[in-house]
Amino acid sequence: MSVIRTAGGLSVSYRPRALFVGLGCLVLALVAAVFAIGSGEYPMGFGDVVRTLIGQGDPADAFIVNELRLPRTCAALLVGAALGLAGAVFQAVVRNPLGSPDILGFTNGASAGALVAVVVVGGSSAALAGGAVIGAVVVGTLVYALAWKRGVHGYRLVLVGVGATAILTGLNSYLITRARIEDASRAVLWMTGSLDGRGWSNVLPLALGMVVLVPLILFGCARGLRMMEMGDDAANALGVRVERTRLTLLAAAVLLVGLAAAAAGPVAFVALTAPQLARRLTRTPGPNLVPALCMGAALLVTADLVAQRAFGDHQLPVGVVTGVLGGGYLVWLLATERRAGRI
Amino acid sequence: MDTQTATRSANPSASRPATGQRTAPGPHPGAGAADGTDGAGGAGDPRLTGQELTLAYDERTIAQDLHVAVPDRSFTVVVGPNACGKSTLLRALSRMLKPARGTVLLDGADISGMHAKALARTLGLLPQSSIAPDGITVSDLVARGRYPHQGLLRQWSRDDERVVRESMEATGVEELGDRFVDELSGGQRQRVWIAMALAQQTPLLLLDEPTTYLDIAHQIEILDLCARLHEEEGRTLVAVLHDLNHAARYATHLIAMRDGRIVAEGAPGEVVTAELVEEVFGMPCRVIDDPETGTPLVVPAARR
Repeated sequence: MSVIRTAGGLSVSYRPRALFVGLGCLVLALVAAVFAIGSGEYPMGFGDVVRTLIGQGDPADAFIVNELRLPRTCAALLVGAALGLAGAVFQAVVRNPLGSPDILGFTNGASAGALVAVVVVGGSSAALAGGAVIGAVVVGTLVYALAWKRGVHGYRLVLVGVGATAILTGLNSYLITRARIEDASRAVLWMTGSLDGRGWSNVLPLALGMVVLVPLILFGCARGLRMMEMGDDAANALGVRVERTRLTLLAAAVLLVGLAAAAAGPVAFVALTAPQLARRLTRTPGPNLVPALCMGAALLVTADLVAQRAFGDHQLPVGVVTGVLGGGYLVWLLATERRAGRI
Repeated sequence: MDTQTATRSANPSASRPATGQRTAPGPHPGAGAADGTDGAGGAGDPRLTGQELTLAYDERTIAQDLHVAVPDRSFTVVVGPNACGKSTLLRALSRMLKPARGTVLLDGADISGMHAKALARTLGLLPQSSIAPDGITVSDLVARGRYPHQGLLRQWSRDDERVVRESMEATGVEELGDRFVDELSGGQRQRVWIAMALAQQTPLLLLDEPTTYLDIAHQIEILDLCARLHEEEGRTLVAVLHDLNHAARYATHLIAMRDGRIVAEGAPGEVVTAELVEEVFGMPCRVIDDPETGTPLVVPAARR
């Protein structure tokens, strides 16, 4: 642990390795972002993209970058960051690497909300987005309420979440059959998680939400969360308001998941994998929130680059790539953690 | 949130004479006697009291109308058969469990209204069920005890550093600083948790069955450590223990519970009698003098 101290008696501590991992992921994410912006039917060099981004490029480039490609890349960065952070929060709160919104049912809740919006008011993108946020919040509230018994405990939350996921999967299939055919096909694409054709109007709500939620988590609750790793009693004894901290964290993380789904659809498994990868790289105990956030951004931008470019002219929705990578990772995780007796 | 620590004395014993003398526990008045207690008051004046406590989980009532007072600078031990409510009492005294009725007073103030961190700087608890995070080192775990003294912009002061070092020395784990907690033996691990609680620098420390799951040598090692903390640093300790003989040997004040009631309390020499043990545990026995310490020693009666 390293410390920066001021003459006035203030001090900030940090883990060099965690800082290094966070910065590394951030650099990776930004480099991948520049590559993603530079690639496409009208390719640009690395230098041209950077010049355009800092406002020194030529006007034609500026239009393509700022209006067409930058929103999509920003969406990838922010969605990845939001999911990485939310996943790290969930995993720390439930003290289980399976505690991700994909498994706890919040992602499916977002899908259900979006599908209800499609069936009821038709598939405008604003309706999809609003429905996703509301769906995540409603399911989050229900799961929390059902798991409540003199406080919420990790295992019960996971088990209730698994049940909710199963119910919602069925509900979602039913809702698709009820939508008009063209709405249904849009909804199915949305449910895979796609960044295709994202504009600033998709990015803005997520960005605004993150401006509030990320500091709330990192500065308001993170230190309490670190204590809660040792159990509720130990955290209580150290002066953490456990139930209040947990409720704030879950609410903020559910909102992040909802907003991320509103921007890009329910992108699978980023929230599950990013925190675990970050943790393995930092080798630091604790929730590793910032490294997970940076890792999430790097993962999603890279996955989107792969989805767009790796298969020639055939573009994939980014959710397919994260789903394949993340699903494989989940199998590996279950196998190894099971053996280690941690799940 | 971050205004604390600067003016606090680093060592709770620094502000009071660390004479190590035992307070004379004796019989003391029950409820209502703590009115106006000013914390730093005379030796033995209770700082922590529970008044008319009814303790319940959901609908299940564990204890009713309990009055309890922890004499200041005592080593108070709570004993009783399984499910007698002793751990529940400890949870109520440390605000883990909200009493269904009654109040817990710390220095005359109701703890349910106290600021969480302020309470955690006065009253510490070593719970039974703490989990060491994966891959944490001993010094990192002990450092977490500093949480109530820290804030967003006061994350690791020189005081924190010093107190963590001192806590590790006091518990004899200073050599283990860089070891991972999950590689330690049970006794070492328990000493690390106690070091973490010490780093919290609370004048009062509650311990919930600190010797459970340890072999006899480690049990004695932990209890000797507690006795030393009590005598040398003038801390008030309250422990729940299973072993009556350990309780009789180490406690300066003993509370015996059965079925959610306090059956007897006072100095072990006065409280521990064959009649009381039979009443509390339902076990016939003889009580003799411990040849090592002269404290009561309970010898269960042989089967005829």
